[in-house]
Amino acid sequence: MRDVIIIGAGAVGCTIARELSFYQPDVLVLEKECDVAAGTTGRNSAVVHAGFNNRPGSLMARLCVEGSRGMEALCRELDVPYRKTGKTLVAFDEEDREILRKLKAQGDANGCRGLKLIGKEELEELVPGVGGIGGFYSPETAILDPFKYCIAMAENAAENGVTFRFGEEVTGIRREEGGFTVTTPKGSYTGRILINSAGLAADRVSAMAGVDGYHIYPCRGEYFILDEVAQDLLPMPVYPALKAGIGGLGVHVTPTIHGNIIIGPSAEYIEEPDDYATTPAVMDKLWREAQALLPQLKRRHIIGAYSGIRAKLAPENEGGYRDFVIKEEEACPGLINLVGIESPGLTASRPIALMVREMVGKHLPLTPKEGAVRTHRFPPVFAKLERAEQERLIREDPEYGEIVCRCRRVTKAEIRWAIENPLGARSLSAVKYRAWATTGRCNGGYCLNRIVEMLVREYGMRPEEVTLRGPGSEMFSGEVK
Amino acid sequence: MERCDVLVLGAGPGGLAAAAAAKKAGAESVILLDRDRKAGGILNQCIHDGFGLIRYGASISGPEYAAKALAEAEEAGVTLRLGLQAVSMTRERTLLAQGAEGLAEFEAGSIVLATGCRERTRGAISVPGTRPAGIFTAGVLQNFVNVRNILCGKRVVILGSGDIGLIMARRLTLEGAHVEAVLEVMKEPGGLARNISQCLYDFGIPLYTSHTVSNIIGKRKLEAVEVSAVDEAMKPVPGTARIIPCDALVLSVGLIPENEVALTAGLAVDEKTRGAVTDRFLMTDIPGVFACGNCRKVMDLADYVSLQGTLAGENAARFAAGEPLKPWLFRPVSGLVKGLPKPGSVTCPICPNGCQIMIDPETGAISGNLCPRGLIFAEQEKVRPMRTLTTTLKMEGGTTPLVSVRSDRSLAREHLIEAVRRLKACRVKPPVRRGDCLAELTFDGETVRMLAEEDAE
Repeated sequence: MRDVIIIGAGAVGCTIARELSFYQPDVLVLEKECDVAAGTTGRNSAVVHAGFNNRPGSLMARLCVEGSRGMEALCRELDVPYRKTGKTLVAFDEEDREILRKLKAQGDANGCRGLKLIGKEELEELVPGVGGIGGFYSPETAILDPFKYCIAMAENAAENGVTFRFGEEVTGIRREEGGFTVTTPKGSYTGRILINSAGLAADRVSAMAGVDGYHIYPCRGEYFILDEVAQDLLPMPVYPALKAGIGGLGVHVTPTIHGNIIIGPSAEYIEEPDDYATTPAVMDKLWREAQALLPQLKRRHIIGAYSGIRAKLAPENEGGYRDFVIKEEEACPGLINLVGIESPGLTASRPIALMVREMVGKHLPLTPKEGAVRTHRFPPVFAKLERAEQERLIREDPEYGEIVCRCRRVTKAEIRWAIENPLGARSLSAVKYRAWATTGRCNGGYCLNRIVEMLVREYGMRPEEVTLRGPGSEMFSGEVK
Repeated sequence: MERCDVLVLGAGPGGLAAAAAAKKAGAESVILLDRDRKAGGILNQCIHDGFGLIRYGASISGPEYAAKALAEAEEAGVTLRLGLQAVSMTRERTLLAQGAEGLAEFEAGSIVLATGCRERTRGAISVPGTRPAGIFTAGVLQNFVNVRNILCGKRVVILGSGDIGLIMARRLTLEGAHVEAVLEVMKEPGGLARNISQCLYDFGIPLYTSHTVSNIIGKRKLEAVEVSAVDEAMKPVPGTARIIPCDALVLSVGLIPENEVALTAGLAVDEKTRGAVTDRFLMTDIPGVFACGNCRKVMDLADYVSLQGTLAGENAARFAAGEPLKPWLFRPVSGLVKGLPKPGSVTCPICPNGCQIMIDPETGAISGNLCPRGLIFAEQEKVRPMRTLTTTLKMEGGTTPLVSVRSDRSLAREHLIEAVRRLKACRVKPPVRRGDCLAELTFDGETVRMLAEEDAE
């Protein structure tokens, strides 16, 4: 029997796994997809929120502010790309200004630092060309790479002895003496403590464990991704002042840590929690709203679109937010539920993990594990290095000289590292999110074939075994002949 | 820092021609750079014939065209530097490249950009729906199918009627896939009439103009596309949608000139087409930097690209030597036209004129041919259409999984699919030399020999 089973390898599940990996308990993570960060973690704005959007006194507000404050150091510890950009919100009329005044008061009450209301000139200075009559500035807001964040957490946890198992969709949970038996199509696993960080499936997982009463309303947000050439247009995230509490932060434009701009997200309640479509009506709306914020954006800058889904506890007619549920269920001792972890879940993930660690500590002795490491290092990102360093790397390993992804200047050595990742995730997405290949303006037009060829010729995969993101997403039917 | 008179970027048809021409025009040192380990660029995956009608007076395949152009460059004394990816350049005509041996810096008297183009993607045209496995651009798929021996799927829908999409419709059909439809959002198809005739009509593949994919269906793997008619503004018309089940969607929705390297030196490009802006001497806004072929303006034929590369190379040599430049005065001489062939016509593939020859269904009278060869072709079309077959054979123990082959004579159109099916079992052992007979097929008592289009080790 394991000490702890964590269901879900998103940012929250992986961060909990890492926090527990510093101690003796034996931890198993079960993930239904073939990799970490496959759900909401990899499908959001990748913003580290300062914490002014949430009601004072709420878990969301407290954990977000804590998470925001610790994020820079955490990212340094884990070698995760992070940049404190600051963020502005734009007012287009007096009503918006009033909303922003209230938002500032809320942020001040939450303990956010440095918030201020600004006039049109100051706004224009911060974000040249932006629309609006004035706004609000948050200097502490930041952006990060959510994939690497999650991967670093998981790899660090794995290095400290946590077991990750992929393709393990939980189909049943039985409570028994001193623990739980969790069943998946691949097998069953027993654990004393069960941590439900299943994101969009957290309500169903809780129900399987015998705790009914949660209902998650999937609320989809669509995004556009813009070419890197547009990056100079936007130094920091720009959000609208949100009039109605529809439960999102409004369509905003955000620079990404990789040099793109993303536009989005919309907010539509949908039926299925895995319907990641983008729709013409919303795409048109996104474009219009983004243009209002930043008129200099050009349609030809668009290189892609995606969507993410919020795990909302608040139904559509209620709107807005309901607070995170993070608790050990009284009716089911040993079950720690994390339900409704939508935005700002990524920002709050470490404080959430620390809360969960305390809960686990009530059941199990948290004796520090000898030799556990807290730091994590990714191999160097070739494109970002100084020339002398690049030359040294190529001398050591000629595969650093071979560019596979032209748009992002990703080398063969980096692709190889991504393929051979310690978590054993093997799909095109696993390579994409680690090495960041195929993400440029050509959408893999040059590198996709080269990556697939490596998988087939150097790693012995059959073409029909190569998937986009795990079983069921096979890209090819086989060999031509 | 390596110094040369002329540095040519990209060893496709434009670059090969430019390098050869620069050398012939008197440049002492000409370096031709390409990121691939094999010269030829995109020609190497274009195993179909139809190349070379203008330049070499015969219909040959892409790999054959590349081999000829490469031989010309080598003969002229061009220094090939393969496996080197250009990374950045300056307005002072220095260039940084990288390869397995390290970073390499070049300084050139003049530079010719021959960097080709890339494909417009789904993201760029914002097709709504999910993002499942099974969506490819035509050129990416062409590379998988013709070079890497990997097949996408069995039921295919093609969006866009650009030439690569049309070529892939035929290619996939020959390899046993079923192409359900080719969709074109415009009123007229984008590809050459020749290709519509020989890639779609020959195989009964339906072409729907003023149609587009209005939704992509399938969460993990592509299951179907929703297809709609579009209005004047190219927006889907409500009520016209229908579902076509498929496991692959192939996009052939346009090409974008590729100028990433030169853009690092601030190259001026056309705001709309993204092509390098040049004067009439093919010189860009950067003094001594010339551009030719698809990175300047996407062209229909490789032959044109070679022609333009030749002038760009010559002018580059002249510039490096301080001699006066010559203007680009070329007007396409070919009658090869884009769009739908005339109803009831057959498109003659024999020469660049591409005559759309009419055969009167009642009298059988033939008209519209400019020369007697067209007459012979049309007479044959009346009784039994004959086609050259281009395909690939599986290699065993070689450095590449496939070798491309072309039939030494045409065979009856109705045998094409069966011919490819029979050739599937064929196994070739390296080395292979261009022109080697690698297989024979017998139909109706006549033997067709399949000749290698390229060398292979």
